[in-house]
Amino acid sequence: MAEVAEKTEAASPSGEAAGTPAIKTVELSKKFGGTVALAGLSMTVPRGEVFGFLGPNGAGKTTAVKVLLGLLAPTSGEGWLLGKKVGDLGTRRRIGYLPELFRYQGWLSAAEVLALHCELAPLPRPSWKDEIGTVLDTVGLTERANDRVGTFSKGMQQRLGLGAALLGEPELVFLDEPTSALDPVGRHDVREIIRGLSSRGTAVFLNSHLLSEVEQVCDRVAVVDHGRVIAQGTMDELLGGTAVRVRVAGLAQADKNKLASFGRIDDEGDQLTFNNLAPDRVPELVSVIVEMGGRVYEVAPRHQTLEDRFLQLLEDEEK
Amino acid sequence: MPPVLVIARLTVQESSRRRLLLALLVLTLIVVGFSAWGFNKITTIPRSDGTLLPPDQVALISSQLLIVVVFMFSGVLALSAAVVAGPLISGEVESGLLLSMLARPLRRSEVVIGKWLGLAVLVAVYAAGSAFLELIAVDWATGYLPPHPIDLTLFVAAEGLVLLSLGLLLSTRLSGITAGVIALVAWLMGWIAGVVGDIGTGLQNQALENVGLISHILLPTDGLWRGAIYAMEPDSYLTILRNSGTFGRANPFAAADPPPLQFLGWVVVWFAIILAASIWSFRRREI
Repeated sequence: MAEVAEKTEAASPSGEAAGTPAIKTVELSKKFGGTVALAGLSMTVPRGEVFGFLGPNGAGKTTAVKVLLGLLAPTSGEGWLLGKKVGDLGTRRRIGYLPELFRYQGWLSAAEVLALHCELAPLPRPSWKDEIGTVLDTVGLTERANDRVGTFSKGMQQRLGLGAALLGEPELVFLDEPTSALDPVGRHDVREIIRGLSSRGTAVFLNSHLLSEVEQVCDRVAVVDHGRVIAQGTMDELLGGTAVRVRVAGLAQADKNKLASFGRIDDEGDQLTFNNLAPDRVPELVSVIVEMGGRVYEVAPRHQTLEDRFLQLLEDEEK
Repeated sequence: MPPVLVIARLTVQESSRRRLLLALLVLTLIVVGFSAWGFNKITTIPRSDGTLLPPDQVALISSQLLIVVVFMFSGVLALSAAVVAGPLISGEVESGLLLSMLARPLRRSEVVIGKWLGLAVLVAVYAAGSAFLELIAVDWATGYLPPHPIDLTLFVAAEGLVLLSLGLLLSTRLSGITAGVIALVAWLMGWIAGVVGDIGTGLQNQALENVGLISHILLPTDGLWRGAIYAMEPDSYLTILRNSGTFGRANPFAAADPPPLQFLGWVVVWFAIILAASIWSFRRREI
């Protein structure tokens, strides 16, 4: 088993570091015994963007985050955070992290937990008070600042963890399922916090199951399955295709099969959905259906949601 | 404050906030109170002829009784150190508490050394505090003070530190309960192996003597306990022990000689090895 890297790289010229992506990985892999958790993960997260990292359970999302943070040693491959190799201690000063499995010292108050993270970050002591006050206000815990964390609900602890990740205005923030314990109001607040981070130039690596949430806040997305990226790009690139739903009667199964040339079809009897069909091909599609003897009642183009695309990608991957 | 001291402070703070220190203080005061009452009886209860025990006999009996009481204290210390050290790292890995902390510029070696340091302070404070209270109480009740009270405190504290170090090492890999139980069983086995070694000395059986010797090398708790005993024995008792030959040395609650310097040197090396192994093990642990 490899030793977890803990080293401080020699400082590189700031210009070089600033020009590098927030995250870059090349063929990063991780095995636990015979189980492959990451199988050659290659991706790039630009600075200042909100990056959604999606995948089904067990796809390797949390493992990827832990490898990037130096909590797990990669089996092979390379990764860089803010221009420095993964595991560099100095880089961790510029990073915030909210783990999926979050728990904080129940015997400390919320303000004390944040002070501890200020100390470990480390931030200059005179700035602690303002940092802690700002962060508590951001995550809505000002009123509970002096209460013991042991008395907090799970949602409040997640807010506290988010607050700890925001301390010191990090350049890169990892949020691993940041809303798993939050109510709808809390989820809305987290989205606003993420937008705030993005607007001040902080890169956010958002690991989430909630596709609607990712769709609302992310600039760029990677879909991961079985430990490797199966698709990545901006939201527009990923959701570029338009689906067209056609309500039609009078088509035999053989006729429907012939329509496969217009794209993958979801066949629900009288309702056919053509995925990834360019809008300028819709008249041609209707014309072909009519020639086959079909009676068209409705043609409704609709944009793909992230969920549609996500499910489609996973389905394609299984084939 | 350097990260290692932050972690040490956090460890002490946790014990304090979780009322472990308060519980130990209250229990110690109760034990000291009872033992003061018991020791007082040695000097105040008349013999069958109506006279009180002469001072030399009071000192002899007090020294023997003190050894038993200190054995209990060292047992409490060993038990507490093993139970607290067992989940020190594994508990925080399992709960996820260490995840956000280790994502900071914090070395794993700093976590290990910091936790060891914090708990070592608690062990030392408990050993010094309980020894001070107990010796004051015995002195008040009988006028007897062991010949080397500082050595006694150091040996008892070192015994606790050995258990703490072993528990911490196991905690880098095993669950809290498992690590604590193994450390505790190891302590008991070490003591029993020491008794076996004593029997070997009494019977002049080299094989049995080696059991005690090897156990002292693997886990020096019993060897340190013998140092604590020696520090509590008055000269008069040592003379009796030395005059009784090998059988005088075949007693788990007696020590005719101080621990050899080589053994004390080995204890220092043992600590260094165990701490280095703990750091190595935790650095390779995937969390």
